[in-house]
Amino acid sequence: MKFSVTVTLKKDVLDPQGKVVQDTLSNIGFNSLKSIRQGKFFEIEINETDQSKAEKKVNEICEKLLVNLIIENFKINKI
Amino acid sequence: MKSSVIVFPGSNCDRDIAVALEKMQFKNQMVWHKETNLPKSDLIVIPGGFSYGDYLRSGAIAGKSKIIGEVIKAANSGCLVLGICNGFQILTETGLLKGTLLRNRDLKFINKDIHIKVINNKTNFSLKYKKNQVLKMNIAHNEGNYFTNPKHLEELEKNNLIAFKYCDEKGNINNQSNPNGAINNIAGIYNSKKNILGMMPHPERMVDKIISNTDGVNLFSSLLN
Repeated sequence: MKFSVTVTLKKDVLDPQGKVVQDTLSNIGFNSLKSIRQGKFFEIEINETDQSKAEKKVNEICEKLLVNLIIENFKINKI
Repeated sequence: MKSSVIVFPGSNCDRDIAVALEKMQFKNQMVWHKETNLPKSDLIVIPGGFSYGDYLRSGAIAGKSKIIGEVIKAANSGCLVLGICNGFQILTETGLLKGTLLRNRDLKFINKDIHIKVINNKTNFSLKYKKNQVLKMNIAHNEGNYFTNPKHLEELEKNNLIAFKYCDEKGNINNQSNPNGAINNIAGIYNSKKNILGMMPHPERMVDKIISNTDGVNLFSSLLN
């Protein structure tokens, strides 16, 4: 079973990389830009047939290693 | 006094801290991250560097390494733990210290001498310093922008858990004297029991007049006390 995990910085955390990307896009003419936040993306394949069990495992993987819960949020999707 | 320096692939300040500790008469040994036994130590040092190439987040992989379980056990039973630079990042990843270190405000790797002020001089790490003493130390990092939640920040300020704050030469703590954007100019913090210190500046680089200055010496002599 395959999942995607998207990790993004929490709303209140400054994202200087996203800000630089946003400023650069404005500089090259994308004027209608409202905001850009940069994040991380993982593809995870797991040996499990039961979806809820697999999701629980992926959730645990996120909380234990992939995500710093102080500054980041994450979203799991089945793919 | 016995010290152990934990070495990860990518650590690069392990030799510097070993030289500083030996110069200060510590009986030091280096401990490879794959070890599962920690030699009996009064002080554990997690050195600076780029453990595991900063993969995932700086300190994240080292924070789950084999030896870290032993470091956590020792720390919880009162052993003194010092994390410098990447060592500080690793300590936050293990949860031994709260908060985290974000990328520097200006997105640049900073390698320069800066000033810090001794905020709490009543711990095992700082008793040889004077309160509010200004020290000149070197920083060399890309992720030194300390961040924590408002509740923990209040706890740090109220319970005197801030070890050092960035300041200017005269000791002024403000935005201009903050090199990396760290919240409240924080350069180093203690855990609630004050047996763990995490700091971004490098005291081990400041133990010899010939190459820099001796502003780091009192940190090590405090530990020997």
